Amino acid sequence: MNFFLEIKENIVISYKAIIAHKMRSFLATLGIVIGITAVTLMQTAIEGINRAFESSIASVGADVLYVQKFEWFGTEDFEYYRNRKDLTMQHFEYLKKNSQTAVSICPSVATAQTVKYGSLDLENVFVIGSTDEYQKTLGVNMDDGRFFTAKESEGGYPVCAIGMDVKNAFFQNVNPIGKDIKVGSYSFRVVGVIEKQGSMLGLFSLDNRIIIPIERFFKQFGTKRSLSINVKAMDVNNLDETKEEVTSIMRKARKVPIGNKSDFGVNQQSAFRDTYNQLTSLIKIIGLLITSLSLVVGSVGIANIMFVSVKERTKEIGIRKAIGAKRRTILMQFLVESTVICLLGGIIGLMIAFPISLIIDAFVLPTAMPLWVVVLGLFISLLFGVLSGFFPAYNAAKMDPVDSLRYE
Amino acid sequence: MNLIQIRNITKVYDMGEEKLYALRGVDLDIGQNEYIAIMGPSGSGKSTLMNIIGCLDTPTSGDYILNGKDVHEMDDDELAAIRNKEIGFVFQTFNLLPRSDALHNVELPLIYSGLNKSERIKKAEESLVNVGLGDRMKHKPNELSGGQRQRVAVARALVNNPSIILADEPTGNLDTRTGEEIMALFKELNLKGNTIIIVTHEEDIAKHANRIVKIRDGKIESDTSKKKAE
Ligand SMILES: Nc1ncnc2c1ncn2[C@@H]1O[C@H](COP(=O)(O)OP(=O)(O)OP(=O)(O)O)[C@@H](O)[C@H]1O
Ligand SMILES: [Mg+2]
Repeated sequence: MNFFLEIKENIVISYKAIIAHKMRSFLATLGIVIGITAVTLMQTAIEGINRAFESSIASVGADVLYVQKFEWFGTEDFEYYRNRKDLTMQHFEYLKKNSQTAVSICPSVATAQTVKYGSLDLENVFVIGSTDEYQKTLGVNMDDGRFFTAKESEGGYPVCAIGMDVKNAFFQNVNPIGKDIKVGSYSFRVVGVIEKQGSMLGLFSLDNRIIIPIERFFKQFGTKRSLSINVKAMDVNNLDETKEEVTSIMRKARKVPIGNKSDFGVNQQSAFRDTYNQLTSLIKIIGLLITSLSLVVGSVGIANIMFVSVKERTKEIGIRKAIGAKRRTILMQFLVESTVICLLGGIIGLMIAFPISLIIDAFVLPTAMPLWVVVLGLFISLLFGVLSGFFPAYNAAKMDPVDSLRYE
Repeated sequence: MNLIQIRNITKVYDMGEEKLYALRGVDLDIGQNEYIAIMGPSGSGKSTLMNIIGCLDTPTSGDYILNGKDVHEMDDDELAAIRNKEIGFVFQTFNLLPRSDALHNVELPLIYSGLNKSERIKKAEESLVNVGLGDRMKHKPNELSGGQRQRVAVARALVNNPSIILADEPTGNLDTRTGEEIMALFKELNLKGNTIIIVTHEEDIAKHANRIVKIRDGKIESDTSKKKAE
């Protein structure tokens, strides 16, 4: 008999059998419902966390190297780092002069300050000192106005570009360009507003900052802080090459003896990514264990019900065999039945998970149930349907026709 | 060559301690278009023999040649195909699917022979009309009388045009009048060329047949053909 015809007939048969035992079928599939709900919600949550991470990490820039006193995720003992010297403007200038593969380089240094405008004030604003190349190096886009110029940067003019949070705090209905804001007792003229950047993993805002010429920063806040030297590579695919070049120039600048380890860190986005992946893979494994456990429990439930169903329908199996059903046909009949039950469970699970994912999206973190999760959910229910139906169906298929006809 | 050739067939049930001999060496030849009644006391092995003839069961030893083919050589699927196409079974207890209506019950053998839906419906309807149930197609077994149920079973047995009809006490659960109706159906089929084998306890039923085989204790006791009444 034609395979698809057989499947079609069997779907009709299993539909009737399920309708005849609605409650039992529903209870049987409950485990699968819970399992699929868990699987899809977990994947949806992971998707959400991934999205949050991706949008956060975008601000770090895939093609930017951050030369700093310390490595971001250093694993050595504190002793190892303790005696490192600060990074200074001399290092920056030496690197800028010698690098061939960098498109642009800027130094940066930061402090948290209270910023005031008129009677309003905003605490803990990130005040960053840098050069005009900051814009190009870190890919800053302006929402309004402009970034400060090379001339303003070199001359240490009291000008600033402000982040969106600062604008929203001070200039709700006013054009901020040309206004003076105060950091400590010094005035800075606003020349531009930086486009909204969002937040880092939802923890702290990247818009709560102002950027001023680094010369001005030194005058006002001193030169004791170690710099971050930010290097934008010509080509993101040749980042490693740039990294090598930067490392060797910096070693020369800092006179690191050959054979010694570098006394500075060359940081990049992938450090975040690696750490993130380590963290989430643990979460994923635990989640997978929990959800597959619930699926296994669910499939035991289905198998159990299928055994009962086969036993109950022994006579029916005998009749079908007596009039010509082959073993395979009977096997298929019960496999299809358990698969249909599991699929229904999967669909119910998805129908429960979907609105919950919308709630998560609205209130917890931006996410969406990706299509592949839906497909995965259906595929898993299909798989478990076949797995849990196999032994009962095999039992049915190998029943002796005479014995089963006699069964009451 | 005979349609059915049975040689020294035995059927032994292993009951642990002792063995139970349901058939102890049966020889039987049945030709095309015969009408045979198998009779005998309860437990003598009639149903066992019928099940073997119908390829539902296999003998413990002996040979069974059906239509020139050695049944012993066939695997499960081939036996299923024979039951589907060559043989129509009618049981004492009807053995209809309780949740399916008459039409679907009759359609079932055609599903297993892989016919498409429209052909199936057409043949099943024809078959039901033939047994006089054209107006009961959508009825489920529990909405039909015993005689009607048995006629559904006959329609099912006939729907695939089998050459052999096997009926194991087809009238056992019916009153005399309905029993006679079923027997009339068989007579008609026999006249059309089908080979018919029925098991019965009742002389009245057996007299419809042209040949009566009596079994006792798993052996053939007598085998008498009566001259066809011209
Ligand atoms: N599955 C089985 N296991 C053990 N013994 C069996 C089995 N099937 C039949 N028998 C035995 O085989 C013998 C023949 O049984 P069978 O059903 O063929 O008798 P029968 O002639 O059809 O009787 P009845 O007229 O009562 O239907 C009986 O003694 C019965 O107990
Ligand atoms: Mg019997």
